[in-house]
Amino acid sequence: MATLEIRDLHVSVEADGGAREILRGVDLTVRSGETHAIMGPNGSGKSTLAYSIAGHPKYTITSGTVTLDGADVLAMTVDERARAGLFLAMQYPVEVPGVSVSNFLRTSVTAIRGEAPKLRTWVKEMKTAMEGLAMDPSFSERNVNEGFSGGEKKRHEILQMELLQPKFAILDETDSGLDVDALKVVSEGVNRVASSGTVGTLLITHYTRILRYIKPDFVHVFVDGRVVAQGGPELADELEANGYDVYVKAAAGS
Amino acid sequence: MSASAVAASAAITPENREREVSLTAPAKDHAPRVFSRDPADFPVPTGREEEWRFTPLRRFARLLEGAPATERLEWTSETPIGVVIDVLAADDPALLGLPLPVDRLSALAVANADGAVRVTIPEDAGTEPVVLRLHGDSADALAWGHLVIDVRPFAQATVVLEHTGSAHYGEHLSVVVGDGATLRLVHLQTWDADAIHAAHVSVRVGRDATFRSFQASLGGSAVRVLETVDYSGPGGDAELLGIFFSKAGQHLEHRMLVDHAVPHCRSNVLYKGALTGDPEAGEDGIARSVWIGDVLIRAAAVGTETYELNRNLLLSSATRADSVPNLEIETGEIVGAGHASATGRFDDEQLFYLQARGIPADIATRLVVRGFFAEVITRLGLPEWERLLQDRIDTELGFEASGDHDDTEAGE
Ligand SMILES: Nc1ncnc2c1ncn2[C@@H]1O[C@H](COP(=O)(O)OP(=O)(O)OP(=O)(O)O)[C@@H](O)[C@H]1O
Ligand SMILES: [Mg+2]
Repeated sequence: MATLEIRDLHVSVEADGGAREILRGVDLTVRSGETHAIMGPNGSGKSTLAYSIAGHPKYTITSGTVTLDGADVLAMTVDERARAGLFLAMQYPVEVPGVSVSNFLRTSVTAIRGEAPKLRTWVKEMKTAMEGLAMDPSFSERNVNEGFSGGEKKRHEILQMELLQPKFAILDETDSGLDVDALKVVSEGVNRVASSGTVGTLLITHYTRILRYIKPDFVHVFVDGRVVAQGGPELADELEANGYDVYVKAAAGS
Repeated sequence: MSASAVAASAAITPENREREVSLTAPAKDHAPRVFSRDPADFPVPTGREEEWRFTPLRRFARLLEGAPATERLEWTSETPIGVVIDVLAADDPALLGLPLPVDRLSALAVANADGAVRVTIPEDAGTEPVVLRLHGDSADALAWGHLVIDVRPFAQATVVLEHTGSAHYGEHLSVVVGDGATLRLVHLQTWDADAIHAAHVSVRVGRDATFRSFQASLGGSAVRVLETVDYSGPGGDAELLGIFFSKAGQHLEHRMLVDHAVPHCRSNVLYKGALTGDPEAGEDGIARSVWIGDVLIRAAAVGTETYELNRNLLLSSATRADSVPNLEIETGEIVGAGHASATGRFDDEQLFYLQARGIPADIATRLVVRGFFAEVITRLGLPEWERLLQDRIDTELGFEASGDHDDTEAGE
């Protein structure tokens, strides 16, 4: 049983006119086995939250804490965070020219598990995981994210989640750009990992569509750099019906 | 359609993100005007000449002085059956038909080499690589060499020429690819850190012949390689590939001139370079590279197809990469002609992505740099040498040559 705890997190980025605060006091606790949906309008700071937890150098933490079972995540390098069990499925995965998917996955799995997987079992493991996500075996020979369609990039992110078995997975708009079939396949992948009960999931999304396939235990409404409302799955239904307007107006008035 | 020309010069500052360079400049004929075996026909360069303005003349001073050799490089060879190696005297008539030197250093190499070593590859020779290893013991030694590679019509040949150790070495390499023949030439500068090497690789591609060249400069203090290619009949195909890795204090310069003067020939140039200097060490810490790609399509060369590309990757701020593609076209009746040059900083987003998957920063950097070079290296088509180059790049990056080549392993 692990706990990821975010306390009063303030984050800013360097913009033209100096530092600009984007996260303005985020509080959130995620435990193993739980699925939290974070929903909010464009530009509310959802990706900023995800990147800040993962340690992207562009974001400056001005105050607050992030801990994983008490350990100070913010003091760790990006790769240490990943090895501690954090995983970020990115909204816009990065192309790495000349590096094959198979080489990349193997290097990553080796780093996370602390030893290189045995070649024979590894090839099988990768093949099975790819089949589960309806990815053609030829993907393993392609360069990381290079020329991948939007949907292929997202499958590739979830493939990594399945192979790396993180303690906490942050999925940043994994549903965007997916057609219904792909959305099902990807959601099944996430559910397979979640079914172990050992992963806590932070599902960042703009739309309620993915919540038909991945059932959240908690829903948080994210507006203007902070959580402004939270509840159970019924909150998502309400957002579906009424949109973010009322929350955005309330935040603007505060 | 008459002369149109495109030239670009990019003195890249490290702040620049990757960019495509294509500036239009007035037509300027980059073809050499003097062809001669006599060094006296070439004045000592001042550094203001177009072809010398990027070269640190002081570091090549001893070669430019052109004193006779004090030493010879040690030389070993592996040759498949049927390949003949012989020595030609300076007045051997076989030397007269070869492409001529085009600058002072190449003329000095021919004059001071006093004859040449010739490798002849007949049609019925074995197809395993001819491997020639040249080794010098000290940067103090001054050595000159003229090597002739004569690929007879319809022969299929691979020649690997490897330079190791150290020397002041002036080289002229004459290559004749006979009609219908194929030559893959691998020219490796895997010198120790203090070597000074100037080379002119001068290639004549026969009718329907194929020339594939692979240059790798992964060592030495100052290396300047000039490759010139001309065609003696239609249907010739030349591919010039290259990689270089320049570190603090190093000067690596690759210049090529492809002269299309006959119809229906092709040329394709692809060079990739990485540079990493030492920002703490001032001027001495600068890693330097120069890539000059001149392609000339003369009026008679209808049906020409040519493309050239240079990409450079800057791994620190203490770097300077000059990249100048230059295409001069005197006929409009061509299949295609293009060029591109891009120099960019190491992409931090790639590093972040890999680190976010648990991969430590140094291993992630190695992956990205390997990936950058992979497109060129895998086209070599000689796995054993590909691994050697990969290991050498790892060493340049500060890794022990790991011998781990995941790609091939995982593919088993
Ligand atoms: N480097 C930056 N410089 C300036 N502003 C930035 C920078 N990065 C993010 N921002 C701003 O921060 C705000 C939050 O961006 P973020 O990407 O976190 O939003 P988001 O909720 O993920 O939006 P979306 O739903 O569109 O993905 C936006 O207004 C964005 O323009
Ligand atoms: Mg976002």
